[in-house]
Amino acid sequence: MDEPIIAFHDFGFQYNAQAEPTLHHIDLEIRKGEKVLIVGPSGCGKSTLAHCMNGLIPFSYRGESTGSVTVRGKETKALNLFEISRTVGTVLQDSDGQFIGLTVAEDIAFALENNCVRDPELHARVDKAAQAVGIESHLRHAPGELSGGQKQRVALAGVMVDDVDLLLFDEPLANLDPATGKSAMELIDEIHTRTGAAIVIIEHRLEDVLHRDVDRIVLMCAGRILADLPPDALLSSDLLRDNGIREPLYLTALRYAGVTVTPEMLPHSIRTVRLTEKEKGMVQSWFHSMPPHAVEETRPLLLDAQHVTFSYANGHRALEDVSVYVRKGELIAIVGTNGAGKSTFSKVVCGFEKEQEGRIEFTGCDWGTLSLKERADHVGYVMQNPNQMLSKPMIFDEVALGLRTRGVAEEEIKTRVEDTLRVCGLWPFRKWPVSALSYGQKKRVTIASILVLEPEMIILDEPTAGQDYRHYTEIMEFLRKLNRDGITVVMITHDMHLMLEYAERSVVFSDGHVIANDTSAGVLTDPDVIARANLKETSLYDLALACGIAEPREFVQRFIDHEREVARA
Amino acid sequence: MRNIFNYIDRPSPIHRLTGATKLVCLLLWSFAAMSTYDTRLLVFLTLLSFVLFYVSKIRVRDVSFLLSFMAVFMVLNNVLIFVFAPQHGVTLYGTSHPIFSLGGNYVVTKEQLFYHLNLVLKYFATIPIVLLFVCTTNPSEFAASLNRIGVKYTIAYSVSLALRYIPDIQKEYHEISQAQQARGIEMSRKQNLIKRLKSASAILIPLILSSMDRIEVISNAMELRGFGKEKKRTWYMERPFAPADFVAMALCALFLAASIALNIANGGRFWNPFVS
Amino acid sequence: MKRTPVKTIVAIGIGAALFFVLGRFVAIPSPVPNTSICIQYGLLGFMAVLFGPLAGVLIALIGHFLIDLSWGGGIWWSWVIASGVFGLLMGLVSKKIKLADGEFGGKGAAVFNVSQVVAHIICWAVVAPVLDIVMYAEPANKVFLQGLVGGLSNIVTTAIIGTLLCVAYAAAKPKKGSLKEEKEEK
Repeated sequence: MDEPIIAFHDFGFQYNAQAEPTLHHIDLEIRKGEKVLIVGPSGCGKSTLAHCMNGLIPFSYRGESTGSVTVRGKETKALNLFEISRTVGTVLQDSDGQFIGLTVAEDIAFALENNCVRDPELHARVDKAAQAVGIESHLRHAPGELSGGQKQRVALAGVMVDDVDLLLFDEPLANLDPATGKSAMELIDEIHTRTGAAIVIIEHRLEDVLHRDVDRIVLMCAGRILADLPPDALLSSDLLRDNGIREPLYLTALRYAGVTVTPEMLPHSIRTVRLTEKEKGMVQSWFHSMPPHAVEETRPLLLDAQHVTFSYANGHRALEDVSVYVRKGELIAIVGTNGAGKSTFSKVVCGFEKEQEGRIEFTGCDWGTLSLKERADHVGYVMQNPNQMLSKPMIFDEVALGLRTRGVAEEEIKTRVEDTLRVCGLWPFRKWPVSALSYGQKKRVTIASILVLEPEMIILDEPTAGQDYRHYTEIMEFLRKLNRDGITVVMITHDMHLMLEYAERSVVFSDGHVIANDTSAGVLTDPDVIARANLKETSLYDLALACGIAEPREFVQRFIDHEREVARA
Repeated sequence: MRNIFNYIDRPSPIHRLTGATKLVCLLLWSFAAMSTYDTRLLVFLTLLSFVLFYVSKIRVRDVSFLLSFMAVFMVLNNVLIFVFAPQHGVTLYGTSHPIFSLGGNYVVTKEQLFYHLNLVLKYFATIPIVLLFVCTTNPSEFAASLNRIGVKYTIAYSVSLALRYIPDIQKEYHEISQAQQARGIEMSRKQNLIKRLKSASAILIPLILSSMDRIEVISNAMELRGFGKEKKRTWYMERPFAPADFVAMALCALFLAASIALNIANGGRFWNPFVS
Repeated sequence: MKRTPVKTIVAIGIGAALFFVLGRFVAIPSPVPNTSICIQYGLLGFMAVLFGPLAGVLIALIGHFLIDLSWGGGIWWSWVIASGVFGLLMGLVSKKIKLADGEFGGKGAAVFNVSQVVAHIICWAVVAPVLDIVMYAEPANKVFLQGLVGGLSNIVTTAIIGTLLCVAYAAAKPKKGSLKEEKEEK
């Protein structure tokens, strides 16, 4: 009927700085009112495709293009960035980077100000957009006073204020906790229904996006579109698994049980999946055929924090009577929302902050008198973003930094650094500049730079944030290997997959208190804890209930145990 | 975190003035106080600034930290001047009325003391006004104000961006510095200066390089929302001028004019009571 | 009329924010009691060379103005202007060093350091003290000594921090046409 909002025809693109094209032969149309999800592993070109939609290509990033891409029937090359932005509104992944104004209201007003819209229209339109995303009671707040989810709402209001025809979301779930991510998808869905704008979502967390329906899923790999299918068709194929995209967990479980997933089953959501009695029976018998979860023997305590209380200088009480223990050789997760106290707790353990009350013991010794640097010999802290830790151009020097500041002799440094690089699989790169490494390799360098100090325990802040399934697996398998070599690993995270698949135990923080300390399967099947910590029930739990399994928690646990077996094999 | 500049929101006539007015007044006032050493005008400005400070409903305890810092700075500067140029007053005023001697060149004269009095008065005439500006101007109005007094809006917006990202950068600096300290980076006095600076760079390099990435993200975000499209832009936080705004600006202009007029009448920047 | 690129505007804003944070909150104790080293000039030298004279001058003016303002005391215009002049002079050097393209070898380091020494001398031994005398009628020997001490320490910080920043930036910058797959564009 009507012309597409965006149309690619045999389109290709190569960045000036790249030796090879990033996109090849792209054919894609987005029409009015459609909702399309674009998935693909890192480096598949999906961000580049997004840049081509919103005009950053060709207007901000330089390169060679072939074929055609049109917005409302006009070649983007013939338009300019401003004209395109009236049609395509973009919500970037980095909500801090997109939040330009000093307050919520100013940020929403930004596009209108640039169009010279005057009062009273200016204030009225800001109010309307703020209401549309439910942020109207925070108009005078500064970005520092908002949560990640609220910042994203502001970003959305800031592009909706212009009445665009297409809303483009670049990894909208990347920085959100599970519950907030869920409500973000609900909000997007609501706006889609109400405004009729087309929606394009770029994300690799397939299951979380499918919390609300989409019309089509476009699968990209190596710069090409491999599939452009309705969700049910794509999910019943092998295409996702073959291309490094994680399928929803309930589908993996069905496959383990030997059930064939078909489009007729409506597999796009756990709420729609239709199983026959026979198929339910297959899931049940798979469950009963799996060995029960083995409880591991109790190992000696490594870290024992008792009744720790901490308030920041501004009076904010971040930790209230917190007791956490970590056993030798464990791999555990500390979870909770932003501001729940999980980061503060790790700062107190590392000695970045000093607790006001309570006691911290490490291998049975009181830790109160040890300095930050002395504690670092036992507990290493790895920041979320490796770029925030890397300060030397060469890998060797970066890893050696902590030894050099401790006055270790240069020969010993050489052997210790080289040993560590071997453990971390970085030996072949030891003479490379850090800048030549991928994100995952940089992460390893930062971990190596901590491991070289030979700590008994390392704490990692969001070790896999923003990583696709392949890099996520690469980083986590590396951590698991370190753990098997005897390093105790504590991860601060709100990634539920990470908890479930890798952490034996999860400590849950909420509002400065520890509200749960249980196996990850236990935590993610406890509705009360889930609600208080902004987590989300795992779809495995729902699957177990749907199949009439009386012990959903044990079902989740056996599924994880089986996954680990599969991964090891 | 928003309060690095100590904005205190209270209902007062000073708060009601627009940001642009206050910026113009700050500039006019501080140039008036800077240009002259006429004690009479300085005393007048000092008294008036105290009155305005009272009217603004800002209390001394709100700004006590800043005041004590400035007091130390003022005393140090005066001491330094005396140490380096004990006869500076004599040179300026052309006469010498010694009071007592501290030995050598260090003869305390009436002229020197009078010069120091004027210096101190300048601090007293300016500090309350700067504090007023800082405490009563909403940072959100700052960029719009600059644009209104003739600064190009793109440049004015860069000031707004600076205010926006200072808290983020401060937080990031703090986090990086903690993580690097754990690796043994120290900036204390125990090491020599060069080592200390190298240590600092272990924190600064990650901070600044990641800020360079941030520049790219922010400029994309701004262009995608039409920044730089038109020759001008409107401002959400801008308020129209009221009569009080014009009165305030006119008065401050008058003070600057008076300051210049006095400099001409006095035949220089110094009002000299010693010659008459 | 040539339009200032949005990227330069953002660089000015972020640069001024960094200048402010370093100048206001990051105190490296100096050998002289009660004074600290101004490490922000290393940053300023680096950013001016990277983004040019307009960015250099404005980062310095805005950053320094905000620092003075945040202390609540008078704005010490003579030093604010001197900072601006340093940013401007270093910005002019950007024509000689192609740092934006990732080039900064031994020659770049030499040009950078000779320029920063000259620029600091102009700013702190000439501009700042002369303005102090003209604007504030302060005694000459005091302000020249202050300028000299400040200038020397700024030369040292710029030499170390500025140079290291340029080296690190150039090393992190992908060279033209050198990237193969594997690397996600950003």
